[in-house]
Amino acid sequence: MSDPVTAMETLRFEGFVTVSQAGSLGMITLRGDFGSKPFGTALKKALGLDPPQKRQIAHGNNSTAAWMSPDELLIFCSWEDKATLMTALQKVIGKRHAMVIDVSDARMTFTLTGSNVREVIAKLAPVDLSPGSFEPGELRRTRFGQIAAAFWLVSQDEAKVICFRSVGDYMFKQLKAASTPGSELDIWT
Amino acid sequence: MLIFECPYCGVHAEESELSPGGEAHLKRFGPGSDDADFESYLFIRENPKGVHFERWRHSNGCGKWFHAARCTMTLEVFGTYVAQTFEPPQDLKEKITAKRPGWSWRDFS
Ligand SMILES: [Zn+2]
Repeated sequence: MSDPVTAMETLRFEGFVTVSQAGSLGMITLRGDFGSKPFGTALKKALGLDPPQKRQIAHGNNSTAAWMSPDELLIFCSWEDKATLMTALQKVIGKRHAMVIDVSDARMTFTLTGSNVREVIAKLAPVDLSPGSFEPGELRRTRFGQIAAAFWLVSQDEAKVICFRSVGDYMFKQLKAASTPGSELDIWT
Repeated sequence: MLIFECPYCGVHAEESELSPGGEAHLKRFGPGSDDADFESYLFIRENPKGVHFERWRHSNGCGKWFHAARCTMTLEVFGTYVAQTFEPPQDLKEKITAKRPGWSWRDFS
């Protein structure tokens, strides 16, 4: 079998933060009434996690689930685990009105590292990134420049940004521009 | 610049994160309806100076449609509410009354 490759595997830029393309990540979209008790119990059985609260991220055994909307979760896992996880999810969902789809190939993930990651995101997205207003544990869907995207903070100096891979090149270019050395704002450092 | 709180994901979304969806609470008249109803469904809009109700979509966000009440003159936002309703919630109507006594919009006041 061929190895999974991302569209632009070697993307990397050393600015005042480092922008790099993360490797292949398993992503599964689950749509359904996961807030209901029986559905929640079923999810716990498959993923080992309680469905996340509004805009939050919940961690399970070998997967992470992020709240996307009242009826949508995005489940992250390793590339190797996704097939097993898909099967497990489909099994516990059974005949419930729900949808489980492997969207791993649809998206690109970027990792931002450096003490000013908040600034780079704040330059591109209409989100209050001041410490206290946005903290690790929350996934925020928004726009970056002109494209839809989502991001979360892994820690105070690491962030992940996801977007559709069809606009991955635009995303990389704007992340690069926003982290160009000399363009630091130093508002939160 | 408008800022609406999305009733589904709770984000205080800035206008550029949203898509406008036109006037709220329109009743659809389709094939078989009489001409006057069909015309009003397609073309007749309120266009008020003051209190107005609209549909918006959190397109660069959770993707949900919702309703918003705002003032077209001052851009003051009175509130937002879910899409699954035929009329604004009572507490929102009362809030608008406190700020704009005597307001009316179609059959609402
Ligand atoms: Zn929303």
